[in-house]
Amino acid sequence: MPELRDLYQEVILEHSKAPRNYKALAGANHKAEGYNPLCGDRFTVYLEMDGDRIREIGFQGAGCAISKASASMMTQSVKGKTKEEAEKIFHRFHELVTGHSHGDEAELGKLAVFSGVSEFPVRVKCATLAWHTLEAALEGKQEKVSTE
Amino acid sequence: MSAATAVPIREKTSATSFDVERIRKDFPILQTKVHGHPLVYLDNAATAQKPQAVIDALVRYYENENANIHRGVHYLSQLATEEFEKARALVRAFVNAARASEIIFTRGTTEALNLVAQTYGRANVSARDEVLITALEHHSNIVPWQLLCAEKGAKLQVVPISDAGEVLVEEYATLLGPKTKIVAIAHVSNALGTINPLEQMIAMAHERGAVVVVDGAQAVPHLKVDVQALGADFYAFSGHKMYGPTGIGALYGKQALLEAMPPWQGGGDMISSVTFKKTTYNKVPHKFEAGTPDMAGVAGLKAAIEYMNGIGIEKIAAHEHDLLEYATEVIGALPGVRLIGTAREKASVLSFVLEEAHPHDIGTILDQQGIAVRTGHHCAQPVMERFQIPATVRASFAVYNTKSEVDALARGIRKVREVFA
Repeated sequence: MPELRDLYQEVILEHSKAPRNYKALAGANHKAEGYNPLCGDRFTVYLEMDGDRIREIGFQGAGCAISKASASMMTQSVKGKTKEEAEKIFHRFHELVTGHSHGDEAELGKLAVFSGVSEFPVRVKCATLAWHTLEAALEGKQEKVSTE
Repeated sequence: MSAATAVPIREKTSATSFDVERIRKDFPILQTKVHGHPLVYLDNAATAQKPQAVIDALVRYYENENANIHRGVHYLSQLATEEFEKARALVRAFVNAARASEIIFTRGTTEALNLVAQTYGRANVSARDEVLITALEHHSNIVPWQLLCAEKGAKLQVVPISDAGEVLVEEYATLLGPKTKIVAIAHVSNALGTINPLEQMIAMAHERGAVVVVDGAQAVPHLKVDVQALGADFYAFSGHKMYGPTGIGALYGKQALLEAMPPWQGGGDMISSVTFKKTTYNKVPHKFEAGTPDMAGVAGLKAAIEYMNGIGIEKIAAHEHDLLEYATEVIGALPGVRLIGTAREKASVLSFVLEEAHPHDIGTILDQQGIAVRTGHHCAQPVMERFQIPATVRASFAVYNTKSEVDALARGIRKVREVFA
């Protein structure tokens, strides 16, 4: 039986209560909106790109603890990374939360606390909403991203 | 003297004849364990569980009665037709329609509302006319009217609701005008539980010459519905929310309106004769029942009505009213809880938000304790917008729920607060 504490780890709860980089960026040159119609979670991700590199990142919006903590920790993990590096982290993160990890979570650093999500399949969309939004912002897509 | 003592005894018998533990035994799924806990099913506004009698009716239909209706001269076809039309008569009595021919079987409330929009609506709504709905409608009583208005160049008007979740009747009176052709209202709100003052609202609409379509999906499981007393022109409901199978529901429509309406879907059973030059349509209700219907579903719906009648809708309503009052008191008193929808007249639904946690997190934590609630916007996004919240947790009650299940919900919410403390 999946344990609640595996899902709601202290780090996750702490980030959901005090999200990092929770701000709109005045100098953003990339921006995307993400929406999960199932639960109403809604986030905007702002990027200040320096060529191919994420110089600054911020997010705003409303959502459950999992989606908010995931967005917060995402901003920390991809800041300063190139587009390609950020996409690689998302790929690993996606494998982790869907239970398809290859034992290389170490590469994910702090993001490994989201491993418990794989026991709660209906919550995968919560954990990945901000990441899908980041991907859309990196691609420079204008349309709203939806997890449905 | 002896007569005087006999009276209270009889009363006592009738008051205690509602035995919720006995009723629970009628519903096999209530024995389910979820994550090691007994299932506490509080998502009845989404769909109710089915008693053995309904499950058996589906099996019995396929084992003993299956044949296509209104077609064959053979024994089984006649039997199936008879059972189908008996069910229609039972639905008529259930909502007190004047005639059985005023009952059309549909897939459910959504299909019934779309039927009215696509036939009556298309024939009677023109450019610059208005369709009036309320701010507490389910998406299925919004979108069909939006589609109609877009097609016709008509305007969709919305009656606002109060902070308690009650329709503002004075605003309704103002918005009802000479251009209002159709008023579409829920009898009971699925997201808030509000019971609308239908009789009054329907009378007001009729004074202005508008036709009233009622979404009764959340009302029929909980209230005695009398379409004639209400004065409703159309009344739609689903079987699956009233202990019946999924995929079957009904539309009540006044005979004269149904007769004047063009058909909706074309096909078998809805015609009296077909040539390539001209097709004559069948009489109502068959004109609106194209194709082979869900005959097993109709048998199941019949069993569901018989089941409810066996208990008595008044007793069901009284039990659920007690539960809702108890839950409002117990859950409403928990720290951090804010109830959404505090109308004076309510049925079955307790919607709330919690200060510390998002509904989706609450839903997961409750599920771990075997408690099924709905979390989200309940297909009523405009209602969420009205209260400026993304979502709510909704507990909704049925005949088999108990006060100890409400207590389990309260314990579950305390657990949520522990996790998020």
